[in-house]
Formats: sequence, structure tokens, C-alpha cells
Amino acid sequence: VNSAAFAHTLQSWFGVGPLWAWAALSAFLVIFLLALPFGGIATYVERKVAADIQDRVGPNRVGPYGILQFLADGVKMLAKEDFMPAGADRFLFNLAPVLVVVGACSAFAALPLGKYLVGADLNIGIFYILAVTTLIAPGILLGSWASQNKWSLLGGLRGAAQIVSYEIPVALSILPAVLISGTLQIGLIVEQQGWAWSAEGLQQYHFWNGFHNPFTFIAMFLLFIGGLAETNRIPFDLPEAESELVSGFNTEFSGMRFGLYALAEFCDVFVMSAVVTALYLGGWHIPFVNIEGLGVTLPQGLVVLIQFGVFLVKTLILVFVVMWLRWTLPRLRVDQLMGLCWKGLTPLALLNLLGTALWMWIFKGQSLAQLIYGAFA
Amino acid sequence: MLGVGGLLRPRRSATPQKVQAYECGEAPVGSAWIKFNIRFYVVAIVFIIFDVEMAAIFPCVVLFKDAVAKGTAALIFWEIFLFIGLLVVGLIYCWVRGDLEWVKGVMNSAPYRRSS
Repeated sequence: VNSAAFAHTLQSWFGVGPLWAWAALSAFLVIFLLALPFGGIATYVERKVAADIQDRVGPNRVGPYGILQFLADGVKMLAKEDFMPAGADRFLFNLAPVLVVVGACSAFAALPLGKYLVGADLNIGIFYILAVTTLIAPGILLGSWASQNKWSLLGGLRGAAQIVSYEIPVALSILPAVLISGTLQIGLIVEQQGWAWSAEGLQQYHFWNGFHNPFTFIAMFLLFIGGLAETNRIPFDLPEAESELVSGFNTEFSGMRFGLYALAEFCDVFVMSAVVTALYLGGWHIPFVNIEGLGVTLPQGLVVLIQFGVFLVKTLILVFVVMWLRWTLPRLRVDQLMGLCWKGLTPLALLNLLGTALWMWIFKGQSLAQLIYGAFA
Repeated sequence: MLGVGGLLRPRRSATPQKVQAYECGEAPVGSAWIKFNIRFYVVAIVFIIFDVEMAAIFPCVVLFKDAVAKGTAALIFWEIFLFIGLLVVGLIYCWVRGDLEWVKGVMNSAPYRRSS
């Protein structure tokens, strides 16, 4: 299922209306069926995980096991008084949360949720995600500048410097995966990672990119760490830094505006984990099994569902790791943060890129596993 | 979503205390649009250089796999190597100059070191 195709289908069903209207509707559905529920449920899960780690009960009043807590929170945020601090820049104050949400949600369109379930399998997919998620930096900076508050401004400046700096290692650690696959289209990158037991596929495809060679193994971790910093999660949550800056860049935002910031953060965590999954952890592939090559023809709907499930499981495991890290690691200092990025991750990522290129050149694109297999066969 | 909230939430005229910027209960002093540290600017400049270079590497990287198959990988490899070499030289320059140090002693920053 592809949103452009879906829009065409909708148009042919109803037979009226311009195509762009149906395209807008399908984009709307992606956001409301995928991004928002995920953002909402993630807030609940995060609180439950936090509670478990700290040996507490966590939310348990609204609905069974407190599962409806996020709906209650949403309604409360909608009903909250919404005001702007005196002297704030009215236009930018309104614009900033929207920018952040647009940045986080439009990345969902290009995520490969399954072989047949991609919103838009762009031929520059990964580049698009990289570009669109950068909208979060201006969103945070403008929001903090507009709210006429020193805490906000400090948080926002830190946020901008941090997101912008970690963009470099993130982009550089995306490159090894592109190098191996020879394409920017995420669907194709994922497809090449399916190493199944059916013997003839072995020569063509390799196992997950993360285990292609030692360099990509490191790149996988670099991408995850960089993504953690891009999404302002602990241990890199300096823009928020509750204990120093009250609430950082979103101090002056109330009601639904704050809600949008919180939602965007969780959507962004999901996007980041999904990118790591798609590029380095085989996306929708079940390890060593090709469900379409089993000899039994499964109905396509079932294949789509299984692949979607596999992709979600892998991504949500990464999201869980992000939440787990939050209660494990203390926050970094600003100088440590910038030092880690420019003196640690960036040179390492550059080295990785060169190393992967060399590996591809010397071993003609074969993975470590394929080389070992070749030596024995 | 912001529009729906407008229907639900209470409308009160905000009091002067409420619209005051939150600084833990203290009355804010002066404008919040303070002068901020120049090093944020340096980070932005370094970022721009790196980002442009990275956008330039992308096409080489995409073509690399085909080139390996065709046997013309050497050209593209040295191209990538050249790009990365330029980046590394820039990075080393910033590092040596001390622009990557977030905490700077006054005497260690670049203009002072030259005169001493």
C-alpha cells in the first residue's frame, strides 16, 4: 500500500474531487492512525517503564492498568488555558510547535513499514527523512526565541547547537548503509538485507547491514547515539534540562502547544528507531526466514501484516532501549556533549565511511558472513 | 488540533502576573533577548561546511556499488577519500585552533595566544 496509489484508489472510488484533496486525506490518515496514537501511547508506556524501573506502580487510575491515561492527558491539554507571555513574538510563538510536529510527522510518510506498506517509497527516501527531521532545530530555536524568557532562550540555543552538531555523525553513519546498498530508496535498502536459508539467495543478498562488516556494526551504534541526541533524549536532553533551565525551550508553552512539543518528541524517537531498524537491522525481515519464499503462498494481506508486525517489534525494542537509557544514564555537561560529537563521533563516523568503502572495494561488496560461507563452501 | 482546543478551553483575560515570563517567581530583569555566546555561531559555521560537504558525498556514495561491479571503484573511492580528507583537514584546523573546546580559559583563546 502506497499513499499515492491509495489516493488514486480513493479518487476512483468516489470519482469526484481533485487528486490533491485525496492525497491530503491519505496523509491525514497516516498522521492520525499512526503518528498520533503512537505518540500518545508512548507517553503512557514511558511512564510505566519509568515506574517499573524505579519500583513504583505508575499511572493506574484511568481505565484498566491506566491505559487510557494518555487520552485523559490529551483532553486535559486541549482544555487548558492557552496564553502567551508578555512581549512574546506572536507569529513565531504560534509557528514553532507546528514546525516541530510537521518535521516529526512528515518523516512517517517515508518509513518502510513493510514491503508493500510504505507511505511513499521515494527514490531519495533516506535523504528526505534526514532533511525533514532537521525542521525540529528551527522549531525549537524559534519557539525559545519567541517566548521572551531567558531559560527558554538558553535551552533553545543549546538545542540548536546540539541538534545541528549531531546531524553530522548521523548523516555520516547513514552513508555506510547507502554505500552497501547503492541506493537511497529505503525500500530497496531493506530488501537487500534478507538473507534466507534458501541457498540461491545467499549469493545475491546479505544479512542485516549492521552485521555486514565491522565498520557498519560501529556505524549502527553511532547512528543510534546520534539519533538519541537529535531527539533530545536523556542523556542528551540539555535543551530541556529540568534541573537547570526549568523546562528549557518549552517553559512558556502551555496547553496544546506544549502537547505538540511532547508529541513531536515521541514521534521523533519512533522515526529515529525506525531508521536504525530499516538501515541496519533488516527492517521487516525475519532473521533467516523469507516468508514469501517458503513454498506456501500466503495471502498478501497476511504478508503485509506479518512484515508490519516484525518491523514494529524491532522498532519498539529500540524505543524501549531509549526509555531504559533515560533512567540509567545521567545528563551530560555541555562541553562533554559537544566534545563527544566533534572529537569522538565525527572522526569515528568519517573513519567508518572510509572503512566501509574500502571493504566494498576489496571484497567486492561481500559481507563478512558471505566471505566465511564462501571459504567453507 | 489547536483550533479544537479553542472551543474547549476557558477564556479569561490574563493577569499581568500570569503573562510574566517564568523565572521561578522573580520579576524578570530586562529583555530576555540577551547577548549570547559567540561560540554558538562558530558551531553553526562548522556545521554548514560539514553539511554541504556531506550533501556532496551522497552521490558518490550512491554510485559506489555499481562502480565496484564495473571495476571503476578506484576513481570514486579516491573521490570520497578526497572529500573526507578535506573535512578532516578542516576538523583538525578547528581542533588545533581550540574552537572545539567549549570551556575556554581567557588566556587560551586564539587572539590572546598569538600575542603571548
